[in-house]
Amino acid sequence: MSRPAPEPVHVVKQRRDSALQALVSGIPYLNHLGIRFERRGDELTALLPFSEKLIGNPLLPALHGGVTAAFLETTATIELAWTQLWAEIESGELDPVTLDPESLPRMPKTIDFTIDYLRTGLPRDAYARARIVRSGRRYASVQVEAWQDNRNKLFAQATGHFLMPQSRDG
Amino acid sequence: MSDSQPNVQRFIDALPHACDLGLQAEPGCGGGVARMSMPYDPKIVGDPRSGVIHGGAVSALMDTCSGAAVLSHPDYVGATATLDLRIDYMRPATPGQTIHARAECYHVTRSVAFVRVTAHDDLSDPPVASGHGAFTMTHGAKS
Repeated sequence: MSRPAPEPVHVVKQRRDSALQALVSGIPYLNHLGIRFERRGDELTALLPFSEKLIGNPLLPALHGGVTAAFLETTATIELAWTQLWAEIESGELDPVTLDPESLPRMPKTIDFTIDYLRTGLPRDAYARARIVRSGRRYASVQVEAWQDNRNKLFAQATGHFLMPQSRDG
Repeated sequence: MSDSQPNVQRFIDALPHACDLGLQAEPGCGGGVARMSMPYDPKIVGDPRSGVIHGGAVSALMDTCSGAAVLSHPDYVGATATLDLRIDYMRPATPGQTIHARAECYHVTRSVAFVRVTAHDDLSDPPVASGHGAFTMTHGAKS
C-alpha cells in the first residue's frame, strides 16, 4: 500500500484559517473592540487596531486600562480554545467547514486574571501573544505579553487561571 | 461624606471607552468610594451561546470604577494610572442584567493608591467579580 500524497498547502491553510475564523468571529465583544488574530502554523498573535473608542485618558492620550485587560484576557482564552480546536481539526475529528457556534469548543472560563500595566498604552495598534504555562484537564495557567511598536518593550503583561470546559455541552 | 456622583459622571464622560460601554455614575460616591453601572448590551457578549457578557467588559467597568475611587479620595490631586489589577470571577453575569460596581480606595501612600472593587448584577451575593489593584497617586499638599 502506497503512502497517500501530502495534502496541498492551500488545503491545509484553508482548513486552519476557517477554523480560526469560526472561533473568533462568533464573539460579539471581540468584533466590537476590533480584535483580530494572525496565525503562523499553530502560533497566534492577537491584534488590536487602534480606534478612538479605545481611549481611556484623552489628555495623554492613552488606551483604556480596561481595554488592555480585555485584550489580554481574550488573547489567553482564544489561545486555550485554539489549542483544543487545533488538535481536533488536525486529527480530522472536526470538519472546519461545518463549524458553527454550536459545534465550537466551549470557551474556557476565567477564574482570575492579574494585569501588570508596565507602560502607557499609546494610541496605536497593539499586539499580544499568550503562552500556556500549564494545561490540565480542569485548570489552565496562562501568561500573556502585549506590546506596541517594539516587541521587547511590553506595555502590559498578565497571568490568569482558567477553568477548562469539560465537554461541548458543559 | 459629600456625594460626588456628578464628579464621577464627568470622569466617565471624559473617557471615550467608558462612554462606549455606557457607564453611568451611581449615588453614593465620594471620600474614596465610587459607584457606577454598565447596562447589558449585545455588543459586549463574550459567549454567544449563553449571552453572558465578556469578562473583559467587566474588567473595563472595574478598572474605570477603581480609577474614579482614587480620584474621589480626599488626598488626591493630578493624575492616576493603573499599576496592576487582579480580578477574581466568582460567577457568570446573568444575561440581560445591568452590572453595578463599587470601588473603594482604602489606603493611599505618597505614590500609590490601593483599591478594592466588586461587581454584581441583580443578585448582590455572591458578586459577579471582585478585584483589587494598585494605582499611581499624585498627592495633595498634605504630604
